[in-house]
Amino acid sequence: MIHLEINGTRHMVDVSPEVPLLWVIREHLKLTGTKYGCGIGLCGSCTVHIDGEARRSCQVPVGDAEGKKIVTIEGIPESHPVKKAWVREQVPQCGYCQSGQIMQAIALLSEDANPSEKKIIDTMEGNLCRCGTYLSIKRAVRSAAKEG
Amino acid sequence: MGKTITRREFIKTSMAGAGLAIAVSLTPCGCRLLSAGEAEREAKAFSPNVWLKIGSDNIVSVIVNKSEMGQGVFTALPMIVADELDADWKQIHAEFAPAADKYKDPAWGRQSTGGSSSVSHMYEPLRKAGASARQMLLAAAAKTWGVPVSECNAKKGTVLHEKTERTLTYGELTVKAAGLAVPQNPPLKDKDLFTYIGTPLPRLDIDAKVNGVARFGIDTQVPGMLYAAIARPHAYGSKAVAFNQDAAMKIKGVRNVVALQTGIAVCAETPDAAWEGTAALKAKWDKGAEPGLDTESLRKRFLADLDREGLSARNDGDAKAALARAAKKVEAVYALPYLSHTTMEPMNCTVRIGPDACELWVPTQNQTGVLALAQKETGLKPGQIRVNTTYLGGGYGRRFETDSVEEALKIAKAVKKPVKLIWKREEDMQHDFYRPANCSQVEGGLDEKGRLVAWAHTIVCPSIFARAFPDRVKDGIDPAAVEGLKNLEYEVPNISVRYVRIDTPVPVGFWRSVGSSHNGFTVESFADEMAHAAGKDPLEFRVNLLKNHPRPRRVLEVAAEKAGWSRPLSGGAEGKGIAQVFSFGTYVAQVAEVSVDREDGIIRVHRVVCAVDCGDVVNPAIITAQMEGGILMGLSAAMKEAIAFKDGGVATSNFDTYPLLRISEAPKIEVHILESGEKLGGIGEPGLPPIAPAVANAVFNAAGIRLRMLPMTPTTVSEAMKKA
Ligand code: FES
Ligand code: FES
Repeated sequence: MIHLEINGTRHMVDVSPEVPLLWVIREHLKLTGTKYGCGIGLCGSCTVHIDGEARRSCQVPVGDAEGKKIVTIEGIPESHPVKKAWVREQVPQCGYCQSGQIMQAIALLSEDANPSEKKIIDTMEGNLCRCGTYLSIKRAVRSAAKEG
Repeated sequence: MGKTITRREFIKTSMAGAGLAIAVSLTPCGCRLLSAGEAEREAKAFSPNVWLKIGSDNIVSVIVNKSEMGQGVFTALPMIVADELDADWKQIHAEFAPAADKYKDPAWGRQSTGGSSSVSHMYEPLRKAGASARQMLLAAAAKTWGVPVSECNAKKGTVLHEKTERTLTYGELTVKAAGLAVPQNPPLKDKDLFTYIGTPLPRLDIDAKVNGVARFGIDTQVPGMLYAAIARPHAYGSKAVAFNQDAAMKIKGVRNVVALQTGIAVCAETPDAAWEGTAALKAKWDKGAEPGLDTESLRKRFLADLDREGLSARNDGDAKAALARAAKKVEAVYALPYLSHTTMEPMNCTVRIGPDACELWVPTQNQTGVLALAQKETGLKPGQIRVNTTYLGGGYGRRFETDSVEEALKIAKAVKKPVKLIWKREEDMQHDFYRPANCSQVEGGLDEKGRLVAWAHTIVCPSIFARAFPDRVKDGIDPAAVEGLKNLEYEVPNISVRYVRIDTPVPVGFWRSVGSSHNGFTVESFADEMAHAAGKDPLEFRVNLLKNHPRPRRVLEVAAEKAGWSRPLSGGAEGKGIAQVFSFGTYVAQVAEVSVDREDGIIRVHRVVCAVDCGDVVNPAIITAQMEGGILMGLSAAMKEAIAFKDGGVATSNFDTYPLLRISEAPKIEVHILESGEKLGGIGEPGLPPIAPAVANAVFNAAGIRLRMLPMTPTTVSEAMKKA
């Protein structure tokens, strides 16, 4: 049994410790806002916060997440400045990558409230968007920083 | 996922007076509007396609028969209804249509999404549905108040009688309205009176997508379902010679092993167990159909086929004779690779089959295809099968294919349990229906005055239509392969287009902007080569070839003007290029500004200016987003993407070997929408084709190298620089 704390709720899952956290979140616990895109840490769709840091949940064995605070897209309130900026800028197209983009952006802004253009790009570089929403993402991060 | 109701429930509720519903019956000569009751009675004679329903709670539900894959139909189609209805946008609710005859696209006779045609195909019927419901609501209010209809007005979901300052909401009027006859030819609004159409209304799907609650296919959860994973062979045509079923079955949670045509499926209680099971199978495969197939052997076959005669797709004047007479001749060969769709949501499908019912949850662009497959696999009737279209995590044409649906159906049938099949990224990339690789040989001739007098074009390209829609292959010509060539608008007196069909084991399919994704590059690069040979400015050269074609001329001129074509470059850019491509009813021109690093061969695109003429405009914000998206996907393909082959199959497997464009590589983009008032064109695809040639032409302008092969990777650039 693995004990997890996700979005402030404690869960017990019967799963072997090397299973990627991503699949435990999505399929065992049915928090499907966190997405699978590549499984090798190269797309960012699976980004969650572990103890406040943005992490690729496909690269984290669930055993390593025990005892840590995990936050997924479902744990971020709708009124969060980043979510509001994402709505204002109408960022999503298909939307599939966006949970990961938002989680990455929140981690960025909590570390640097007013990031430079370069910092935004460097931090968001690991999150792929096949629909091509990159320009709206930049606008939304800047807008969230301003309004935040 | 939107709340959906079956038609029977719907009829029942509306007959019981819960709401007003309008069905639109599309006939070959237009559309007929029916009340819900009439629709039920006439369902055999007419197939009602689109429903709008107003509940007593004032909510207006629009049932969308097109798939939402990011292109915005879930917003644009309801906007059309809302405008004619004078509804309150805040009360509009969109629902995905199930798969059924009545939801077929009238122009196609099938329920599917593609060809950037959703808005143009549904525009008129949806306007009529909205306008007709509005008239009925006005009449119902007039009757209630005992005043002439002409004194009543509709605004934001309410009917007003100004003289007496009385109002009734649509919700309050539905019962009375539902009893009235449906006006057949409701007057449609004058364009000037549109309140929603033409405005950048926020999308209806944004909140769900920002909060992680939008349901994509892969998010489906069905009680008691098993997870299915498939071990697949590497090589095309390869079959399993041995696999260890017992080893897989020993894994905790594994319940079944099912051999399929396409591989060996393992079903388990958790996805991790299913994948562990596929690995435990240790399947051994034979060498397949063509074990020697690799990138290089394919390249050689394509180029060798340029010498084949092929079939004539177009023959204006006498290109051969004109070339022989030409004062100056240019000849070039272009080659483009196979491309993967790489939707961020990999292929998946969830199926539940019971003795007399089957339900599917699938992110599909092809409801008609899914329904037909489910019928075939289960033997059930269409009425017993429910296809739930979820949100699509990208489509780009890949989700027109139903391969993963067929697998899921077969597995669910075998294991007699609900099954969710998930493809891993590697499977998704290695078992795609790729954008066809192709090569072209083009010869152009100029007269003494530098006028383009001859264009002879031979393209070697696999056929998508031969598999997908064989009826549409006329005289052996694949319409996609010659898209943009057969209808080349440049006024050249002598044009010949020849098509050489090449068949390889690599399956091909519709990829965002289809044939225009490659022919746009070839044509617009060659037009630039000819301009250079003629010693003319590339913009002026093109404009002179479009004297009788005002729409492409105008997008070129607007893009050039907004980009400051005649002004010197700034901001570190060293070269600029222009291109225009017509596709899917829309004209798009783009100017790209680039710099080229001589040392490492990296091309940087600084800025793209885009002018688009798609006729009427429904939602300019969505158009801008689609142009940006098309440009970035096109740029990704142009700079980075190519599927590699080895040992008879696909070598590329994930984002490490198939990199996509990242945020640092996204240029500034400016989009200018030209409201031409012409026939509605598409927006999902047409933004893509011009970017590759605009960039290649800009690279030539910056560094004097002509890149005729995609992708334009640093290696290609460095090699070209060495040769230059
Ligand atoms: S799924 Fe984790 S980075 Fe792609
Ligand atoms: S919005 Fe579709 S992948 Fe990013």
